[in-house]
Amino acid sequence: MEAASATIDRPAARRSDAARELLSKYGLVAILAVVPIIYAIIDLRDDGNLTRLGNNVVEGLSNGAIIALVALGYTLVYGIIELINFAHGEIFMIGGFVAFGLYGTLGLTPETGAFGLIVGLLVILVISALASGSLNTMIERVAYRPLRNAPKLAPLITAVGFSFILQNVGILWLGASQKSVPDLLGSQSELFNVFGLSISRGDLLAVVATVPLVVLLTAFIGRSRLGKAMRATAQDPEAARLMGINVDTTISLTFLLGGLLAGAAGLINTLYNTQVWYFQGFQAGLLAFTAAVMGGIGNIRGAVIGGLIIGVIQGIFDNRIGNEWTPAFVFGYLVLIMVFRPQGLIGEETREAG
Amino acid sequence: MSGLRELRTSKWANPLLAGTVILAAALFPFFVGPLDSIMDDSILVLAYVVMALGLNLVVGFAGLLDLGFVAFYAFGLLVTGWWASDHFSDVNSKASSPGIHVGVGEFPQSLAGIHFNFLLLVIGAILICAIAGAIIGLPTLRLRGDYIAIVTLAFGEIIGRVAQNGDELTPFANNKLTNGRQSISPIDQIDLPFLEEFDQATNLRPYFWTVLALALVVLFVNFRLRDSRLGRAWIALREDEVAAASMGVPLVRTKLLAYATGGAFGGISGAFLGPYLQSVNANQFQFGFSIFILAMVILGGLGSIWGVVLGAVLVAAMNVFVIPDVLDGGAVRSVLDSLGLDFTFSQVSFGVFGFILVLMMVLRPQGLIPERRRKLEFAEVTGTDETLYEARA
Repeated sequence: MEAASATIDRPAARRSDAARELLSKYGLVAILAVVPIIYAIIDLRDDGNLTRLGNNVVEGLSNGAIIALVALGYTLVYGIIELINFAHGEIFMIGGFVAFGLYGTLGLTPETGAFGLIVGLLVILVISALASGSLNTMIERVAYRPLRNAPKLAPLITAVGFSFILQNVGILWLGASQKSVPDLLGSQSELFNVFGLSISRGDLLAVVATVPLVVLLTAFIGRSRLGKAMRATAQDPEAARLMGINVDTTISLTFLLGGLLAGAAGLINTLYNTQVWYFQGFQAGLLAFTAAVMGGIGNIRGAVIGGLIIGVIQGIFDNRIGNEWTPAFVFGYLVLIMVFRPQGLIGEETREAG
Repeated sequence: MSGLRELRTSKWANPLLAGTVILAAALFPFFVGPLDSIMDDSILVLAYVVMALGLNLVVGFAGLLDLGFVAFYAFGLLVTGWWASDHFSDVNSKASSPGIHVGVGEFPQSLAGIHFNFLLLVIGAILICAIAGAIIGLPTLRLRGDYIAIVTLAFGEIIGRVAQNGDELTPFANNKLTNGRQSISPIDQIDLPFLEEFDQATNLRPYFWTVLALALVVLFVNFRLRDSRLGRAWIALREDEVAAASMGVPLVRTKLLAYATGGAFGGISGAFLGPYLQSVNANQFQFGFSIFILAMVILGGLGSIWGVVLGAVLVAAMNVFVIPDVLDGGAVRSVLDSLGLDFTFSQVSFGVFGFILVLMMVLRPQGLIPERRRKLEFAEVTGTDETLYEARA
């Protein structure tokens, strides 16, 4: 009976399959687009132009660049050992704290001259990236490597544990409330104005600092020997080991890379948002993880695009609906992606799909 | 001596021991003052035992890592906030005796708003949390392992956020959904027959007996569930989902029942804590609370009922007694002060729980009192040289 009806209905079934395919591919994108479109219509009705929305988008893209750097860490680690490195957001937070601490050590103030500022910030970039990178590598050594033979949920639990430990380190370090940081670059001051869109120094910084880092990372993974080893390990750890790749070192290297990026993001965030908080890692971690899942976890390009998209969504939500609702929306959206499109919105099939 | 050994091996040993402990616990309030801080601490500890037993059903038995258990605590508390306080004060406000009252004492009778008897609140919390558990469980049916953890975490956070910002939502006419960051307070005192008057300002004993009774019932249900068809299905699911399904275990129903039952226990505890704490404070609906409960389960031993009871007692005692009274008071405090350290341990209590998670997972993943089956499992994994990668391939 069933077989017969299936044959008769085939053209219709094919059409509904096509519709379902389309829905699964673009349905979530459509949901994501609803809020920007609504506010675009509201803006056009009220102001006659899209300047307000455009400014939200600009701010969102800058935050999105920071989120993208953090998301890369999630995606690299998940790609290689299928672990959600829950403590990664806190690695980012510690990077920001180190950067803030070094402001004082190096004596950087908003009055410092341009040359001193550039040299100082480059030094801070290196130190905070190294601090975060080595912290991440150390956590892998202490909390994840001993558990490689354990059930798969065990390292996730230690990751959650470390996330809380680091948050509390943050509390001990700078207290439980948000701490405002000297605005070294005058990040809110307008640099230039295109069609009413105000581009601030901070926006420029976020993009100028992020793009080379992403390019460097892509080149490293795509071209270098170690990058090749990483890709091989991600594809098949056992075969990689047989080919003479030191899997343990490669995994450590992945954590180091993720941590370096998170530390750099920590500095950029400190410069851009001019405040640090022990909880910023948890919030950014959530956004970045969502971005990584959105881009197809394990997919580097996807993580960057996902980060930018999430940043824009956050920019619109924070400014229009209220930032107390942003996490609820992002979490809700994360559930939708995980359930309906675990391979990500960008489309490439990854190993983790399903 | 031989008599003792005989006793230990006899089948009556465990029930006898349990009976003695329960009797001692039930009589213990007579030996301390009605308002002693140890009464307060033990009431909270027992409430957390109930909650940990609920989470153990989901994580320990069914093997579904739930990082959003705070959702059920939130619902349990909110049930008391909605139905045992003057939060909805304009319900039926035009009547001669304003509000709705079911089975409550004289004092709440005179208040506006909805006031239900404690037993109704418990039933309400069980129903709401079971439904919420099933709804949270639905999307996880298609997922495995770590994605389940993140989805449950997401739901926990969403519910916490909605509770914290619920003062902006008015779904029923002018009634705010919650009081937002302000607490809903006061909650009605519990009112039960055969017990002294409940008033946590003057006498904690009735509260202690109530929560002890709840804990015993939940403990009993836990044991019966574990040995039931459903409990064995959960364990089968945890061990090997594909094998369980091919042996005829209905995956959907079994998983949803795990979330629903575990959630219901969390709700019971919340429904008790509302009246006891006299307020519904949405600020505590944080991810950290889920980790607090998870630390109890991990410390005691995933899936081991007595282990989880022990773990809950230890972690909760650390939270309500060791950290605030021992580490932050007296000698330790003065040592810290003399060293010029101005932090308090209460600030970093969640770090302590996180530390417990890491330490246990790395050093003794089977927990303090391992479940028999899981003990074998760990021996097996280290015995054969199978790595994560081989298992995955």
